[in-house]
Amino acid sequence: MAETATPAETAHVDRVRGARRSPAEHLADAFTSGSVPGTVTLTEIPYQAMVGLRVDRTSDAGARVASVTGGLPAACGDVTGTGSVNTLWLGPTEFMVVAPEEAHDSLGGSLVSDLTTALGNDAGQVVDLSANRTTFELSGSHARAVLEKTCALDLHPRVFKAGTAVSTELAHIPVMLWKTSDETYRIFPRASFADFLGRWLLDAMREYASPEVP
Amino acid sequence: MLLISCPNCGPRDETEFHYGGQAHVAYPESPNDLTDREWAEYLFYRENTKGTFAERWVHSTGCRQWFNMLRDTVTYEIHSIYGMGQPRPELQASAASAGASKSDPTQPGEFTQSGDFGQASAPGLAPGATAPTATTPISSEGV
Ligand SMILES: [Zn+2]
Repeated sequence: MAETATPAETAHVDRVRGARRSPAEHLADAFTSGSVPGTVTLTEIPYQAMVGLRVDRTSDAGARVASVTGGLPAACGDVTGTGSVNTLWLGPTEFMVVAPEEAHDSLGGSLVSDLTTALGNDAGQVVDLSANRTTFELSGSHARAVLEKTCALDLHPRVFKAGTAVSTELAHIPVMLWKTSDETYRIFPRASFADFLGRWLLDAMREYASPEVP
Repeated sequence: MLLISCPNCGPRDETEFHYGGQAHVAYPESPNDLTDREWAEYLFYRENTKGTFAERWVHSTGCRQWFNMLRDTVTYEIHSIYGMGQPRPELQASAASAGASKSDPTQPGEFTQSGDFGQASAPGLAPGATAPTATTPISSEGV
């Protein structure tokens, strides 16, 4: 734990942090210059801890895992968790836990080992997928308009409400799309798609930097 | 573009799904008892239905779950979506009769595979089940 870290552990954490490169790191300046403050902004939230879970949520193991994550979502679109650790529904027995990077075991946290211990020897999986995806945050009054250029789902707030997450396609690639507030979306593309999706979103955002044509 | 209603996720574009071929092809109970021909028929031979067809789909971009679908291969109309392991549902009378006329093998121009490799009446090749008997060749002698 961070508060009891020895100097050696602190040095190790520093080495881990220094060695990392996020999937869209090279686009950070482009994201800043391509954002239109107050209209639509794009940022990468790199290095979030992500854990893939496979467990029957109605089983004893499911209950133990849920006690670590703060619940397991019951149906498509559901997200459980209230603080910084949230769990997204991927399938009837498949979930993705998303947490700040500090929760990761390599940085002094215990999320993966806690989940592994909770599952025990029962049927299921706990897999550290932190390097599998990165996180983009698209927000602002025109964030939905950007997504609607490519997303086939109905993103109107009467259907797609804040607090909902779905796996779907954006720009023909598979992503998780999580609406975290009325004008904020978190997008989870696989690492290898981050460059493509980042550039695609920048292109889609570009028109909102100019005055609207009446 | 088909709009397919995933039993878990609701209506989604066809591009989120992958096709899994003919449904209700049961795994042989005793694969070792099958002849090479029967094994090959189990593995590779499928109906080529014109009309209502029971097929498997997986929501690969979404919940990654499999399900069955009754779909008309001519009109692309989706008659029914039902779970894996559930029997093929009966269609409503009107839809069934329309489907029956479409798949009536006696109609000229229609092709249904019902010979040695066909599984028209018994989806899946049950082990030990007698292979469909080939029609006795009609000899031209004496005609
Ligand atoms: Zn689904």
